[in-house]
Amino acid sequence: MPDDPNPHDDFIHSDEFLHSLMKRQLRLSIACAVAFLLLLLGLPLLNYFQPELMATRVGGFTLSWLLLGVLVFPYVWVIAGTFIRKSIALETSEVREVRETQRGSAR
Amino acid sequence: MNVDPWILTLSAITVVVTIWMGFRSAKSSKSAADFFVAGRSVSVGWNASAISGEYLSAASFMGIAGMVMSSGYDALWYPVCYACGYLFLLLFIAGPLRRFGAYTIPDFAEGRYDSPLFRKIAVCFVLFIGFFYTMPQMKGAGTTLAYIFPGLPYWVGVAVVGVVITLNVALGGMKGITLVQAVQYWIKMFAISVPIFVLLAVYGGYGKNLSVNQAPGESAPAIVRTVDGDHAVPKPLPEKAPKDEAWLSPFGPLTTKAAKASGLSPEEARPLSLLYTFSLVAALVCGTAGLPHILVRFYTNPDGVAAKRTTMWVMILIGVFYVFPPVFGVLGRNFLPELYAGTGSKGTDKVVLELPVLIREKYGILGSILSGITCAGAFAAFMSTFSGLLVSMTGALAHDVYGRMIRPGASPQDRMRMFKWCAVLVGGVSVLLGSLVEPLEINFMVGQAFAIAAASYFPLLFMSVWWRGMTMPGAVAGMLTGGLSALAAATVVNMSTLALDKGPMGKLFSGFAGINDFWIAHPLLRILSEQPAIWAVPLSIGLMVIVSKATRAKVPADARMKMLVLHAPEALGLKQEYIEEHQGAAH
Repeated sequence: MPDDPNPHDDFIHSDEFLHSLMKRQLRLSIACAVAFLLLLLGLPLLNYFQPELMATRVGGFTLSWLLLGVLVFPYVWVIAGTFIRKSIALETSEVREVRETQRGSAR
Repeated sequence: MNVDPWILTLSAITVVVTIWMGFRSAKSSKSAADFFVAGRSVSVGWNASAISGEYLSAASFMGIAGMVMSSGYDALWYPVCYACGYLFLLLFIAGPLRRFGAYTIPDFAEGRYDSPLFRKIAVCFVLFIGFFYTMPQMKGAGTTLAYIFPGLPYWVGVAVVGVVITLNVALGGMKGITLVQAVQYWIKMFAISVPIFVLLAVYGGYGKNLSVNQAPGESAPAIVRTVDGDHAVPKPLPEKAPKDEAWLSPFGPLTTKAAKASGLSPEEARPLSLLYTFSLVAALVCGTAGLPHILVRFYTNPDGVAAKRTTMWVMILIGVFYVFPPVFGVLGRNFLPELYAGTGSKGTDKVVLELPVLIREKYGILGSILSGITCAGAFAAFMSTFSGLLVSMTGALAHDVYGRMIRPGASPQDRMRMFKWCAVLVGGVSVLLGSLVEPLEINFMVGQAFAIAAASYFPLLFMSVWWRGMTMPGAVAGMLTGGLSALAAATVVNMSTLALDKGPMGKLFSGFAGINDFWIAHPLLRILSEQPAIWAVPLSIGLMVIVSKATRAKVPADARMKMLVLHAPEALGLKQEYIEEHQGAAH
């Protein structure tokens, strides 16, 4: 171990940067996870409390079979696509922010 | 013995091509580093196919169809959660672990806590989860061979496939090469989808076949259960088959089994089956994120953006795949109801293999060819997954257990020799375990492997990535307690189920028959043991938090730097800086 575990005192290595970094990433991940958990927790609850509604026939399927057997997948793709797009944008903006701060402190 | 030449030929071609490709690719990449770097030169499309190929095991290919046929709606949670679990992995774990540069979970455990000891503990779970995951693959192998060669005992099929793959791995083939896995994906995709399209064209659509199952009071069935539409000979469901309504509706045979065995009324059983469903979902979703062999391929991309684009494609490739297996289950219920009466390798787990044969009556040879195609897909499924598991378990045993714990000073030649012996040992144990589990459903066993992963590796990864205050004792306490209690619960349930078997396994495990009386008296405990995730995951995470708080002094000194490496964009180059500092510290 080096004598001083935190030899850097610039912006990237500050607690402040780490906190904002993790907070923004976690917020995005949780937002997507909520959309996803809504489905995973909501569908069993709907099946439990609204059995007649979920047994409605749609083209031979019951509504709950159609949702779980077919429509789930496009829904998950939309969440995955949104997350990937936003997380790439988030990283780009984080890098830009760091570069700007560094340029600012160099001046 | 009446062996269909088409089925035999198509299966044999798959086996030979897989082994040949494995050896060819293995020649061009000698070291572990080659294995990882090799992937960096391939495109997003190939890499996504390879990840998907590795992911789709015998459970996906055969097990889901078998379970949808035997249990109906409730079994749909399996394909959905196999696909969605991958999303959970993407949201919380994949990105940070990629930035950290840990290839395996033991690598990550060691790097995050600077603790070689933790690495050794983490390695044990590679073996626990691995063996649980190989059992269903072995059942897939035994079932497929017993189908291709009617009359062949189940255990012979397990032994033959086990020996062939073990030798292949021990001799250096099948190193989980990108190309092999990618081709395997497309074989599986082709093999599951083409027969379905033909079958649906012959027997009517997915929805139409589902509508045959009617709740009492609904209008008459749209099609008649028959193989030959012109003569309209209905095929009655045997006694053992679940009734239409129970099969089609949520909270059916799978989730109410324990409550029914205890003689609870349907009203009393419903809350228990809701609990069962939630616990199953938790196991599968969290478990995917903790499967040892899935994470590795996140590194075979040149950069983070490519890794993310690859993941998107993986989601699409596996999502499309998972629409098909339940269709086999639905058609199987309508056209092969006699499978309900079969047990073990003669039961519903073989519906994917046998269903296409039905159209032989109308279209002759086409039925045999299609059945040959699904058999080839089954071979691709259990061969690729078993090989991948064998490589990672053997690696854990040879490099970590032998190379670091038993004889740290072993020469490279010793290690190579040990790798071969370990492969034989792991393969042997897998065959032994595999031949015991004929009465258990493929998909059910995979679910158990997921539950163990969900209670051990998932909390470790999730908490280590998102909480700076984690300590090594906290991580170890949570992972061991959660993982081992899930392992124990799953084992007890399997023993008691095997004791019920009418065949030889029932005699072998008859000592455990008493557990079943306990289950009848305590249906809730039975459900909590069968699906342990709902208590084991919170137990593991809770212990991690409590023990970490109690041992606060042991938070790694450079925790902030580690968290930065985990979360800061790769473009900032913190990983490089971290490595340099660590090397500086070591000198």
